[in-house]
Amino acid sequence: MASGEDDGSVEEKDNHKKRTISPFALAWLTFYNIAMTAGWMVLAVAMIRFYFEKGTHKGLYKSISKTLKFFQTFAVLEILHCAVGIVHTSVIVTGVQVSSRIFMVWFVTNSIKQIQNEESVLLFLVVWTVTEITRYSFYTFNLLNHLPYFIKWARYNLFIILYPVGVAGELMTIYAALPIVQKSGMLSVRLPNKYNVSFDYYYFLIIVMISYIPLFPQLFLHMLRQRRKVLHGEVFVEKDD
Amino acid sequence: LQHPQNCCVEILDAKTKEKLCFLDKVSPPGSPAFLIWDPLYVGGDAQWYPARQSIRLDPKGKSLKDEDILQNLPVGTTATLYFRDLGAQISWVTVFLTEYAGPLLIYLMFYFRVPFIYSPKYDFTTSKHWVVHLACMCHSFHYVKRLLETLFVHRFSHGTMPLRNIFKNCAYYWGFAAWMAYYINHPLYTPPAYGEEQIKVALVIFLFCQIGNFSIHIALRNLRPPGSKTRKIPYPTKNPFTWLFLLVSCPNYTYEVGSWVGFTVMTQCLPVAFFTLVGFIQMTIWAKGKHRSYLKEFRDYPPLRSPILPFML
Repeated sequence: MASGEDDGSVEEKDNHKKRTISPFALAWLTFYNIAMTAGWMVLAVAMIRFYFEKGTHKGLYKSISKTLKFFQTFAVLEILHCAVGIVHTSVIVTGVQVSSRIFMVWFVTNSIKQIQNEESVLLFLVVWTVTEITRYSFYTFNLLNHLPYFIKWARYNLFIILYPVGVAGELMTIYAALPIVQKSGMLSVRLPNKYNVSFDYYYFLIIVMISYIPLFPQLFLHMLRQRRKVLHGEVFVEKDD
Repeated sequence: LQHPQNCCVEILDAKTKEKLCFLDKVSPPGSPAFLIWDPLYVGGDAQWYPARQSIRLDPKGKSLKDEDILQNLPVGTTATLYFRDLGAQISWVTVFLTEYAGPLLIYLMFYFRVPFIYSPKYDFTTSKHWVVHLACMCHSFHYVKRLLETLFVHRFSHGTMPLRNIFKNCAYYWGFAAWMAYYINHPLYTPPAYGEEQIKVALVIFLFCQIGNFSIHIALRNLRPPGSKTRKIPYPTKNPFTWLFLLVSCPNYTYEVGSWVGFTVMTQCLPVAFFTLVGFIQMTIWAKGKHRSYLKEFRDYPPLRSPILPFML
């Protein structure tokens, strides 16, 4: 679920046991999070300006697409941060999160030009922007050990609205793209071919939409649990494996 | 150092620390630890059959084994042990038989072009490419071999695994089998680009690795007398296929990857290549784990060996 800000964050535990990382890693992460906060703020401003100048959302995606692609793709680094160990989060969870964003940006809105002016695109763009600005500023202030409560509050409360709304935006966008994909046969491979494989992007998109049904509740409940732990100090008995 | 005689055992729940069971007058010091498991089964929750019980000295520590004796454990006159429910268990043999029988049958369904898979005009027809028949024989042979090995060759260290593993494992094996079989047996299947030569080379690789894999399984079985759970370093035997032990800790996995590489080249089918890759990744993880535990357990472990690929991985 691209709209979720879930990163399975274990960083919250750092409040209780400080894990130290090298000064270089600390400097890099601080720079990275400041840069990403700034990037998404630029996007937010660009979107607001476009809307006030043009009075419509048509053409908005096109005007911000380069910036969006740049900053969203840069987030792939977060997987590396986890893999290397300077961020204490599951590589898999971050991987899924970033991959779903990359998928939406590059394989849906970028590739299927006819849906770029759909309202649902604007919907998830707004959600992502608010989510990312909150998330990256949270990380920044956390790294600097000066976390204002309102940012912590925002990070662990806004998702309750933003997450479902974002998911709705993404699903509606994919749904709108379906007839175009089916008609054009894009990104698909038919038999016969010498590698004896086939791939139908239309059915793939349908499967992606269906996968939201098991995945979204799990990720949302995870965020709820994180929220109770961080904001209300609740202790959760770990599930046996 | 004379160890004090144990007189009592208390068993606490590892998570809640609630006292589950108290045994006083534990009969002669030196009673095997497993004697204390039955009261939980009988007096406690009846669904906690022995295979599901994990008894340990520390709530977060490793499980004690069946063979552990109270007298040899670092406990005082009252031993405090912790209980953890491992969840519903299923035997390894059951899991293996189910996960291997699936691909065998599923592949055959695609091979015989059972209705509702391909276009109705192809129902119950056979492929005109001889490599497709060969592939069916190889795939079926592979899984029959696995089933027979499960029944007659393998000696399992653990009796059971968590129940949910059977769903995970079957989804993996059955799913991939269906995906591969769909394309290989498809009416629009394209045979390998280099024709007969490619198929013959692939078949040789496949058979060589099947024999190799089987040889390793036999060698590993012979390492361990029936009913025992001793662990020894495996060494090459008179069988040349086992000489791979000189270079690799888990040659059974090496040969298994080799077999599937052979099958990939034979069928020139991308889903098969993908299955081979995923299997390779999983087996590398297992081989690295096994290699690490060999190194930890045996001081004199041969230094030349790599986990799964000679000199590489």
